[in-house]
Amino acid sequence: MRVPPGVSPGDFSDAIKQFQQAIGKEWVFTSDEDVDLYRDSYSPFWHEQEEPIPSAAVAPDGVEQVQAVVKIANHYKIPLWTISTGKNLGYGGSAPLLGGSVVLDLKRMNRVLEVNDKNHYALVEPGVSYFDLYRYIQDKNLKVWIDPPDPGWGSPVGNALERGGGYTPMRDHFDCHCGMEVVLANGDVVRTGMGALPNAKTWQQYKYGFGPYVDGIFSQSNFGVVTKMGFWLFPQPEAYLSGNVMVSRHDDLYALVEVFANLLNSGTVQATTTVVSPLAFGRDPELATLRASGSTKDLEDYVARKNVAYWSVSLPFYGSAKVVAAQWEYAREKFSVIPGVKFQDGASYRFPLDADQLAKITNPVPFGVPSLQTFSIGGSHSQGHMWFSPIIPMTGEAVLEAQQVFDQVFKDLSGAPGVSASFPVWSFFARAFVIIYFFPIEHDVEKNRRNREIFKRLVKTSAERGWGEYRTHTAFMGNISDAYSFNDHALRRLHETMKDALDPNGILAAGKCGIWPKAMRKAKA
Amino acid sequence: MKNARVGLLLALSLMITAPAFAAPDQDQIEKGHKVYDKWCFPCHGTGLGKPGTDSLAARGQKPAVLEERTDLTVPAIKTFVRHGVLFMPMFRKTEVSDADLDAIAAYLTRNNKP
Repeated sequence: MRVPPGVSPGDFSDAIKQFQQAIGKEWVFTSDEDVDLYRDSYSPFWHEQEEPIPSAAVAPDGVEQVQAVVKIANHYKIPLWTISTGKNLGYGGSAPLLGGSVVLDLKRMNRVLEVNDKNHYALVEPGVSYFDLYRYIQDKNLKVWIDPPDPGWGSPVGNALERGGGYTPMRDHFDCHCGMEVVLANGDVVRTGMGALPNAKTWQQYKYGFGPYVDGIFSQSNFGVVTKMGFWLFPQPEAYLSGNVMVSRHDDLYALVEVFANLLNSGTVQATTTVVSPLAFGRDPELATLRASGSTKDLEDYVARKNVAYWSVSLPFYGSAKVVAAQWEYAREKFSVIPGVKFQDGASYRFPLDADQLAKITNPVPFGVPSLQTFSIGGSHSQGHMWFSPIIPMTGEAVLEAQQVFDQVFKDLSGAPGVSASFPVWSFFARAFVIIYFFPIEHDVEKNRRNREIFKRLVKTSAERGWGEYRTHTAFMGNISDAYSFNDHALRRLHETMKDALDPNGILAAGKCGIWPKAMRKAKA
Repeated sequence: MKNARVGLLLALSLMITAPAFAAPDQDQIEKGHKVYDKWCFPCHGTGLGKPGTDSLAARGQKPAVLEERTDLTVPAIKTFVRHGVLFMPMFRKTEVSDADLDAIAAYLTRNNKP
């Protein structure tokens, strides 16, 4: 049996027995065969000693059992690593950051506690997946949408705590949560917001409650174990309409993004979309040659001859049929300041979609329907992926600068030309773009080592330009935490102060987002 | 290291092509169908946006939809679920229990010829 770092085999054996008494023997996993199922299937350390493999896993089925587990862990100072559905693939999956941790697997806590389609909210446990919540709503014919991220087997709780994003107007998942129940490291149970009021009638309707608002400290952190979480849902809209805006010159990007930002920040556009250059994707051999060696003028000439776009953005609108039509009309009016701009009507739907309509949609996620379609991203022979995801300003200048800077990193470290232009910039969050860079994971040590080096250089280069990642794989949490260093790492010191107060024995998610328990801090610095 | 992965794929393809003679009962098959719909269909089902099916099709596996196969074996199915393959991750026992996995295997081998 593997043993957590800093814990004697005897103590660990005693702790395992107590875990078994607390939650049932069959839900404490200690054999290599069972524990290996918690490895990160997309680990960038595949076949390397550095891969963090857990020592055991425990799967409680309720808040009382979670309390019992953390109390036992506290007594023996056993490091726990909490997962909800454990499908955070690309960012660490179900594996801990610290090898030897015991995974606290909340998948069995999979109850949908409430869905209200009159005031549009839900209360769920961490093991509920987007698929589960969608099925629950469909089975009961409730008139609300969920906002799934790309992989539908993820957890609304886990995804929101990682501050993930989706596609509908409820796309900022942490922003759309309302109320939490949290088990602290000492076993105490806290309800946030209105949940602090016994018999609260508005736990999922009003976020703030009374006094300091603490929900944020439980996101991307290791200060507690969230056992329930409320979410605001989107009332099933009447209609969806999309419209494509296309511009023909390289420098049109500046005005395109400026108008787009105005529409987004004023609420005319309320959902996720991408700004992209279609030139980065075309398979025309002439275009491939121009991409490799042509000038901007050559590409603009190509655009004119082929009647294609240099840059484009597809605008999604959700709401009443009359309103979405008016929003698209208003958007066209605003974009008309760009000489030569062209518009194209896109998909249009009335909801609910019937089965035949749904069957014709390759990716139904923007319509509140969870899917796994995103896993086709690496191709039929892909062995996995991870994401580099920096936040950059919502300006054309920033998009071009990021592409140039990141391509240079790829060229310097791999000798291959960068492919930044083929990565769209996304509006998952208000007022800033996020670029989601795809890194393949391979069962090839040398390739993974090279990609890890490129990744670290991208983090460093981003920081030098004033850009930071919104989220990352566990392998790089330390690097990214290092980059958020204003005033000699004042924010990290604050995080550590909170960590020491809330979890003095450091049992929860050691190393998460660069926050280490006091006892390990010097060694990990 | 790459060879180890190729070895696993080879072993699995041998398991797939080996004949399977299990004759699971109808209850087990029906349970397996439900578990399959929940855990497997979103990637391996029919229709658009099913990356598991698309990947098998691109790699020449026929039929690419697992439910239509008649040559899958119980050991191969269990190995795929517990070890993953390519971009398919492994599944924990809190997701797919051993009993669920037995049922999936019963469902996916229901049409095998003795």
